[in-house]
Amino acid sequence: MSEQISGAQSLVKSLESAGVEVMFGIPGGAILPAYDPIFDSKIRHILVRHEQGAGHAATGYAQVTGKVGVCIATSGPGATNLVTPLADAHMDSVPMVAITGQVPGPAIGTDAFQEADIRGVTMPVTKHNYLITDPNEISRAISEAFYIAKSGRPGPVLVDVAKDALQKMTGFSYPKRPELRGYRPQVEPNEESIRDAAALIAQSSKPVLYIGGGVIKANAAKDLLKLAELVGAPVVTTLMARGAFPDSHRQHLGMPGMHGTVAAVTALQKSDLLITLGARFDDRVTGKLSTFAIGAKIIHADIDPAEIGKNRYADVPIIGDLGPTIRALIPAVTAEFKKRQPDYSTWWRQMDSLRSTYPLGYNEPEDGSLSPQYVIELIGAITGPDAVYVAGVGQHQMWASQFIKYEKPRTWLNSGGLGTMGYAVPAAMGAKVGAPDTPVWAIDGDGCFQMTNQELVTCSLNNIPIKVAIINNESLGMVRQWQSLFYQGRYSNTDLHSKRIPDFAKLAEAMGCVGLRCESKGDVDKIIKEANAINDAPVVVDFNVHRDAMVWPMVAAGTSNDDIMIARELAPDWDSQEL
Amino acid sequence: MAQHTLSVLVENSPGVLARVAGLFSRRGYNIDSLAVGPTEDPKVSRMTIVLNLEGHALDQVSAQLFKLVNVIGIQEMKDSDTRQRELAFVKIAADRGKLEPLLAGYQTEIVEEKSGTSIVQVVANNKDLVALLKRLESLGIKELVQSGAIAIELGSQTLVEQTARETGLASSDNQSQLEDYQN
Repeated sequence: MSEQISGAQSLVKSLESAGVEVMFGIPGGAILPAYDPIFDSKIRHILVRHEQGAGHAATGYAQVTGKVGVCIATSGPGATNLVTPLADAHMDSVPMVAITGQVPGPAIGTDAFQEADIRGVTMPVTKHNYLITDPNEISRAISEAFYIAKSGRPGPVLVDVAKDALQKMTGFSYPKRPELRGYRPQVEPNEESIRDAAALIAQSSKPVLYIGGGVIKANAAKDLLKLAELVGAPVVTTLMARGAFPDSHRQHLGMPGMHGTVAAVTALQKSDLLITLGARFDDRVTGKLSTFAIGAKIIHADIDPAEIGKNRYADVPIIGDLGPTIRALIPAVTAEFKKRQPDYSTWWRQMDSLRSTYPLGYNEPEDGSLSPQYVIELIGAITGPDAVYVAGVGQHQMWASQFIKYEKPRTWLNSGGLGTMGYAVPAAMGAKVGAPDTPVWAIDGDGCFQMTNQELVTCSLNNIPIKVAIINNESLGMVRQWQSLFYQGRYSNTDLHSKRIPDFAKLAEAMGCVGLRCESKGDVDKIIKEANAINDAPVVVDFNVHRDAMVWPMVAAGTSNDDIMIARELAPDWDSQEL
Repeated sequence: MAQHTLSVLVENSPGVLARVAGLFSRRGYNIDSLAVGPTEDPKVSRMTIVLNLEGHALDQVSAQLFKLVNVIGIQEMKDSDTRQRELAFVKIAADRGKLEPLLAGYQTEIVEEKSGTSIVQVVANNKDLVALLKRLESLGIKELVQSGAIAIELGSQTLVEQTARETGLASSDNQSQLEDYQN
């Protein structure tokens, strides 16, 4: 029998054994025993102001580093406050381990103080979860949690530990290789599928590389660049894949989907072969599914077998890690091209025409007020492609995806699947902790900012100098846009009055940040540079922007990608395009 | 839409039934019947799930089920090469004399007969059970208790062996992936 330690010590030693460097959390009654050994641990614990902040910070950290993000909370409300970030991480396949305290084993099921069945609550929004009532099982559960979170299709894992399990004594051994009978993700792709895919590519005349966030999770961006240049086809990167392929690359048509470029959306629609890598045919990409890319065959490569055929039938499914998959595709395609070199010149002429006729753009407001797109574009241009950009959810998120140029993976973070308003500030905090030497800009909306800005206190106190651009259009802008377009301009409950209250600059100052305000176009450049020069405190810039700016292009929800609009009541002039 | 039977091997761990049931409700699949019980391996339980689905949806259900960490293996049980049975108890206001002609040809047992009421035990496949219950309706069924279906594949091979082969669980060459899971 090995030396006896407490369950709490076992928990902290397990986290250390898993290589955890930092975790975000808040103590409370049920988790309190764990916080005693945390006090002595080499793991950096960052005391946040709300558990939701801890969860999104863990996500931001994970997205930037590729490591597992860790958050910790107490039972009941502490745990339920983690539900939103867990659901967010689940939708966006973020590796995360959440530790929660639970009431003591004998009290479970008695409606005890601060009791919530968090394992039951989080079952649909985690990759897996545990309720541990035996101290001997803590180390195994933590080891499995990290393995499950990071391997296969990444995702969040919750480990709920009863207080008495933390207090009781146990031996300690950390299983480095957990045995999970029902969990063996397939890493290596099937060779026959690779050959079939390569053959389809060589036979196609209008292929598109449809790139999803899986390429970033798989650290396969370099492999993708080689494959894309070998194939020579147009590339589109989804909202979750921005940065997986350089925006500056000639083959890149930009983002597809509801607010994608005309060229990217049309490329998918008119293609005869979608080479789908780590994407999931989300409704925001496909539009009305029955009209999506109806002439295209589908190669669908994903590590998650349940994605194959979920929304769209795959002619060639490839199950496996995208790294080995793409690296296997390269020689297979090379061999096929030796037999038959496809000619995509007509296809490229069509795409080039669309790209040059319908570039992303925006109109300056006629009243001389500040254009939100300009602000975001300039933040990206001045700060550059080495910085990390973290968006909230809404119009500013779409503009940040459209008008900042991404060249590298893990430089663009956002809540793509769940669409969690309030994601930006805490996720930027986590990102900055993961990449302390990299400038991190949160591009946030005035609505989003008011949901989670309390974490700026955490940033100030813990030397996490993020920068926050509030794109303040004093409204829930995306909802307002839909009200403008689909509800006859009846702005029911979308006016936030946030140019009046709160005073964001003062609020920022009160939280220990530098607070700045920008109201005119002439000041934007200077203020961004001023913010970039501050590295000893978080900076918040309140950009007072025009409230009626809209995100274009747009495929209205539930309609076909064929009905993309480039401005209000303005469709592309299809007759002039040779398609 | 057609009826399909899935046999699902799961780790015998707490919460596993909730995970499976939750998956079905969350993805909008309706379960016709569900039976859970122990297997020859005390660490493994076996669920037999009968559901109405289109063929395409069945692949998706199987893939989603297999994604659950506690699910070890899944097999569709096709009528042609499996044996499938349900158990029912029927409480009915009739005596043996009235019942026996109706029960002829079915695998039944009259468990109790008391003051004009009988309890009939039936073991049958779903089709026969439905047919028999229809016959018994004429006598007035007072109470019906019915299990979910259980099914076994004919032949010498076991579901454990089959899923082990299909998922590579039997081989140990899949270990390399475990190396870099730590932070």
